[in-house]
Amino acid sequence: MSKQGVDRTRRRLLTITTGIGAVGVGFVAAPFVISMMPSARAKAAGAPVEVDISKIEPGMKITVEWRGKPVWILRRTKEMLASLKKVEPEVADPHSKKSEQPTYVDPDNRASKPEYLVVLGVCTHLGCSPKDRLEPGNVGGMGDDWQGGFFCPCHGSKFDLAGRVFKNVPAPTNLPIPPYSYLTDSRIVIGVDQKGAA
Amino acid sequence: MKKVLITIMLALAPAMVFAAGGHGAKLDHVKVDLHDQVALQNGAKIFVNYCLSCHSASYMRYNRMAKDIGLTEAQVAEYMGFITDDQGKFKSGALMKATINAGEAKAAFNTVPPDLSVVARSRGADWFYTYMRSFYRDEKTPSGWNNVVFPNVSMPHVLWSMQGTNRAMFETDEHGAKHFEGFEVVKPGSMTDKEFDKSMRDLTTFMVYMGEPARLVRFQLGIYVLLFLAFFGVFAYLLKKNYWKDVH
Amino acid sequence: MQKLINWIDERFPLIETFEYHMSKYYAPKNFNFWYYFGVLSIVVLVIQIITGIFLTMHYKPDTGLAFASVEYIMRDVEWGWLIRYMHSTGASMFFVVVYLHMYRGVIYGSYRKPRELLWIIGVIIFIALMAEAFMGYLLPWGNMSYWGAQVIISLFDAIPGVGPVLSEWIRGDFVVSDATLNRFFAFHVIAVPLVLIVLVFLHLVALHAVGSNNPDGVEIKKNKDENGIPKDGIAFHPYYTVKDIVGVVVFLMLFSAVVFFAPTMGGLFLEPDNFVPANILQTPPHIVPLWYFTPFYSVLRAVTSDFLPYVAGLVAVVTVLAYLDTKDTIRRIIYVAVAVVLAFGLLSGLLEAKVWGVILMGASLVVMFFLSWLDRSPVKSIRYRGWIYKLALAIFVLSFVVLGYLGMKSPSDIDLILFKNVIWAQIFTLLYFAFFFLMPFYTKWDKTKPVPERVTS
Repeated sequence: MSKQGVDRTRRRLLTITTGIGAVGVGFVAAPFVISMMPSARAKAAGAPVEVDISKIEPGMKITVEWRGKPVWILRRTKEMLASLKKVEPEVADPHSKKSEQPTYVDPDNRASKPEYLVVLGVCTHLGCSPKDRLEPGNVGGMGDDWQGGFFCPCHGSKFDLAGRVFKNVPAPTNLPIPPYSYLTDSRIVIGVDQKGAA
Repeated sequence: MKKVLITIMLALAPAMVFAAGGHGAKLDHVKVDLHDQVALQNGAKIFVNYCLSCHSASYMRYNRMAKDIGLTEAQVAEYMGFITDDQGKFKSGALMKATINAGEAKAAFNTVPPDLSVVARSRGADWFYTYMRSFYRDEKTPSGWNNVVFPNVSMPHVLWSMQGTNRAMFETDEHGAKHFEGFEVVKPGSMTDKEFDKSMRDLTTFMVYMGEPARLVRFQLGIYVLLFLAFFGVFAYLLKKNYWKDVH
Repeated sequence: MQKLINWIDERFPLIETFEYHMSKYYAPKNFNFWYYFGVLSIVVLVIQIITGIFLTMHYKPDTGLAFASVEYIMRDVEWGWLIRYMHSTGASMFFVVVYLHMYRGVIYGSYRKPRELLWIIGVIIFIALMAEAFMGYLLPWGNMSYWGAQVIISLFDAIPGVGPVLSEWIRGDFVVSDATLNRFFAFHVIAVPLVLIVLVFLHLVALHAVGSNNPDGVEIKKNKDENGIPKDGIAFHPYYTVKDIVGVVVFLMLFSAVVFFAPTMGGLFLEPDNFVPANILQTPPHIVPLWYFTPFYSVLRAVTSDFLPYVAGLVAVVTVLAYLDTKDTIRRIIYVAVAVVLAFGLLSGLLEAKVWGVILMGASLVVMFFLSWLDRSPVKSIRYRGWIYKLALAIFVLSFVVLGYLGMKSPSDIDLILFKNVIWAQIFTLLYFAFFFLMPFYTKWDKTKPVPERVTS
């Protein structure tokens, strides 16, 4: 066999062996990488949460924990719902086109029953939990035209009473709405999609 | 090289001579097939409805069990009755905890029933299978039951209505040691011996699964890994051959 | 690519290092089967470090949580079972390859001049590895973990005077407890692995400084060609890299077979009693260390008070031989003095048998450090040694295996052939030590064969 022939076989063998070896390393790495994903315990802890909403007074908000994150349930008064229309020109995404929410919530008032807003209390900027600024008016330096909403202390993002983000603040999108459904009129379960929803 | 191998062989020879028998209670061998989902489901049913009253399997989750033994979570809820969390609700990801709490158990049995998640690994399948079939009536113990494999165990014969009531026959040999001779049926249960043995085999199958859920996948995966390595090995060997042609 | 390499090479001796350790490191061309175990030790070390890192992400060093966290890894963590089995199998396989690697060193005389330091570093690695394995074994907090640690730490109690204080200091408590678990975790996960990595590095530096030995025990550096390359040497890279890949693949097949088909190895790699959480009120009926410690554990258990005179007998035999071996009066006086002190210690009852058990177990490890100077044969490799050495080695291997086997058995087992378990352990303990302490004499008496100038193929 000529010298060149030897080299060609060798080169081919080298390529194949390296290739198979690389595939093998990939296969070995996979379980290790996957082992860092949420475990069965984490998933079990992320199970749906049931909440009794009958005890929330109009205009009040409660916070429940779901998957280790705060979920707000705000019982909105007529005035609060009316404020949503007023701020529409000032919010960045009034019809929630690029925001995270289930299909069965209204894109404008962002709830499946307008009275109860269920929203993830996590700022879409860098994950802080915004503060309540539910009253309208210049409370806590929100400006005289403030209609009520939420204010993130970390970088000053503002959200209205439907969790919609205002223009010219760091947060890019509206507060996300988790999947939820009504078991009865007074009980909701967070983490389970409404039946019949796509 | 050859001499070294001979050295090793010589060294191993006495180990083989030494490998004499052991002792302990005589155990019945049980053949466990983890691919038998019907057996697993039946075993799970017995475990959840009887054992889980007092014993936890607190490293095991219901939803994992359901998936592994081929049931939907709804089926588990229906099939096994009372799987609930502390608020009284079915919780699929919950750990399998005993119904009784440790304090009550201690009062009733004078000991806390051990967790059974890995008992098939610490005791072995044969032990468990024989133990479950070796209860007998003994008025001298607090529970009124005793066991040939685990003498004076605190646990009563939970499955007596299935197996029936047995009495153990012992014979005393010339050294004064008691030897177990066999069982005598006092009152038959709802199952024949054969049916009861099969139920206990199913339960053992489930216990073996529960001791190590990975058993369901690791054999299959192992074959793929070995095939892959063998495939890789062939090319690695050819590459080595190719390079070593130059070495004289 | 070439530009990048040049850029780095101007700032770091990349090519030089690669050449020194790989492409221009000339290894003898006649390496056989036994020469795979060095690279395999490194492979297992890497497996242990990587799997260990991932286990640490999920494990909890807390007596209330440790056992459950291991089962959590086995069930709830995705692929956790595989990572855990790789680590537990790796622990045992580490000792398999290291024992074979050491055996290779013994049969081909790799501990002889100029490789004494290489061998000594290796023995230190072995002892560090034992510490690493011992502390790791406590972490699952099974009943065997607990009682194994309890027994081994109690060995330090035997040291006269400081013993009890020392063992309390090691435990951080009066019994093995949460404090012990936490510190063993720290040592197992950080301290000892760092030491091991440094030692392995030093082991390789020493190896590449003196060059590899080979099955013929011939120094290939004595025969160089006009370019200064040993005539019997071939470049480590690519020749031995491609060869070692084959060895590694075969090893990984064996390794995988254990991981996937027999991770407990019938109770040898993972003991049934360790699937019971630690119970401070109940010792397991058969308390034994894992298999890789059992030869040394056997030595410990073999030492009873009626065994000490036989040890003294071995001392006497060695002393007589040493006395006759030299004409130098000062040496003779030293030998006799040492022997008298030892015999007094052994026979006077000043130190109880338990202490001697610990001393002999320690000696069974420490004696390995002196191997380079105990061997006085003119040849290195077993290939050119005579029948006396071969017989001695066979007896040694036999003692090691039998001691290992006996160490797994309960001391009360009497169903062995001829004698009780403990008598066999005593016989083989003496033979184990005889291999080392009689070595200066039988290697001198042994008739050796002429060693060739060049390696044989």
